[in-house]
Amino acid sequence: MKNDLDRDLSLSLEESSPQASRLDAAHLHAHDTRIHRQDRAFSTRENQAHALSLGGYRALSVLVAVGVILVLLWGVMDLPAFGRDTNPVENEVAERYLAQGLQEGGATNLVANMILDYRAFDTLGESNVLFTAATAVLLLLRGLQTREADRSLAAAAPEAPADPILRAGARALCPVILLYGLYIILNGHLGPGGGFSGGAVMGAALILYREAYGSEKMGHLFSFRTYRAISFFALAFYALSKAYSFFTGANHLPSIISTGTPGAILSAGLILPLNIAVGFVVCCTMYGFFALFEKGEI
Amino acid sequence: MEMVMTLLLIIVLLNAIMVVRTKHLLAACIIFMAQSLVMVLIWILLQSPDLAITEAAVGAGVSSLLFFLALKKIQAIDQGKENSAHEK
Amino acid sequence: MNLQILLENRVEAAAIILFGIGLTTLLLNRNLIKKIIGFSFMDSAIFLFLASEGYIAGHTAPIQDAAGSLSAASFINPIPAGLVLTGIVVSVSVTAVMLSLTVRLYQRFHTLNLDEIVQLAREANEEEEEAND
Repeated sequence: MKNDLDRDLSLSLEESSPQASRLDAAHLHAHDTRIHRQDRAFSTRENQAHALSLGGYRALSVLVAVGVILVLLWGVMDLPAFGRDTNPVENEVAERYLAQGLQEGGATNLVANMILDYRAFDTLGESNVLFTAATAVLLLLRGLQTREADRSLAAAAPEAPADPILRAGARALCPVILLYGLYIILNGHLGPGGGFSGGAVMGAALILYREAYGSEKMGHLFSFRTYRAISFFALAFYALSKAYSFFTGANHLPSIISTGTPGAILSAGLILPLNIAVGFVVCCTMYGFFALFEKGEI
Repeated sequence: MEMVMTLLLIIVLLNAIMVVRTKHLLAACIIFMAQSLVMVLIWILLQSPDLAITEAAVGAGVSSLLFFLALKKIQAIDQGKENSAHEK
Repeated sequence: MNLQILLENRVEAAAIILFGIGLTTLLLNRNLIKKIIGFSFMDSAIFLFLASEGYIAGHTAPIQDAAGSLSAASFINPIPAGLVLTGIVVSVSVTAVMLSLTVRLYQRFHTLNLDEIVQLAREANEEEEEAND
């Protein structure tokens, strides 16, 4: 009996695939899969026990979640009041960053000063996290489509030409968005912005271009080689320049690179080049994520 | 500002509850996008323009795009299965 | 419960509740995409909490003018902002990795329901063992 059921399950698993494939976008929701699941086998006593334990699990997890909320809210009640400058979190560290930041780092945006000068090592680690994540996605998704859908799908419709409105809009918008992203990166030490946000904006421009003109045309502009080269050189530049900075300027011994006049575009020592490096890494990663999810390759 | 802040916080919580309640995955992803946009306003109210810019580009832009693409990809896998089944 | 304090610290309280809702989604919902969204909400909640700790009423964003004439006491705390900035970008890479794992799971099992995936994986394992026997 058990064996029969097993074979039945595995059979229905094979058969269920074309059935599942008829689900279109509207059917993607969880409800359908549950119904779909139920017709497989949900009549035996074993499964009833399973459903029961599932109910217990649900009740337990609601209890856990509510308990966590209540305990944490209890903690919130002991927090100092919101938005007072006497709170213990406004301590001498923040004071130092705010008072000495302009002299020591040279960037008028004190947050950029903090993340790229005082705590630049942290940001190097983060850029590496981005690169590692892109590599993980690459490993997971590369060649996914070629095995399953590509042969039949791509042969039938080799990339439908994009909407003319999208093309015209992309032609007008892409340069502007790219320029804005560059502005955010280059202005990172003077005002709000910096490598992360500017890089993401530039990545969005590349994504828009790819959507409008297709991956074929995008491949001339930005291939996997470009991706690899830019990511590698940006990360290596960051690591080397930061190593240099630690040799000469850590603890704010006199640094060879002057901080320049505050407010000028070429000021703030290493912050501007580091912002550019981070921006390129982020831009490549964002575009890489999109390309991998869309086609399975950069 | 206090009123706006309270309103935005309520919207954030409502969004979160709606994601739990909705059955439709595409709707959940769109609510996620809306959540990011509301967070942008909250960052501005909390006087952190750096965060606002980053959240607008990364959270509302790229992150939601990845969700949509993943859904599209899942659909493509289904269609690929169907096509290969037809060939058989 | 002292509701007065909760109301005054409403940003922190909202962050905590958002965290709780995200946790509930993570525990209760069996759909993997929903789980990822819940996880992102937990991220947002923590960022909100951190940023609200750094906020000081009446103070402005930490952007000095070129002459350095603004007093350090007129800025909000820049440390949470820096931490959250890092966190937002890391959270999008975590989301991307989770989504790609989900796509791979869907490719293998053709479902987004975690319970089904676990059961199907177990069955596949058992079949393999039987084949080995």
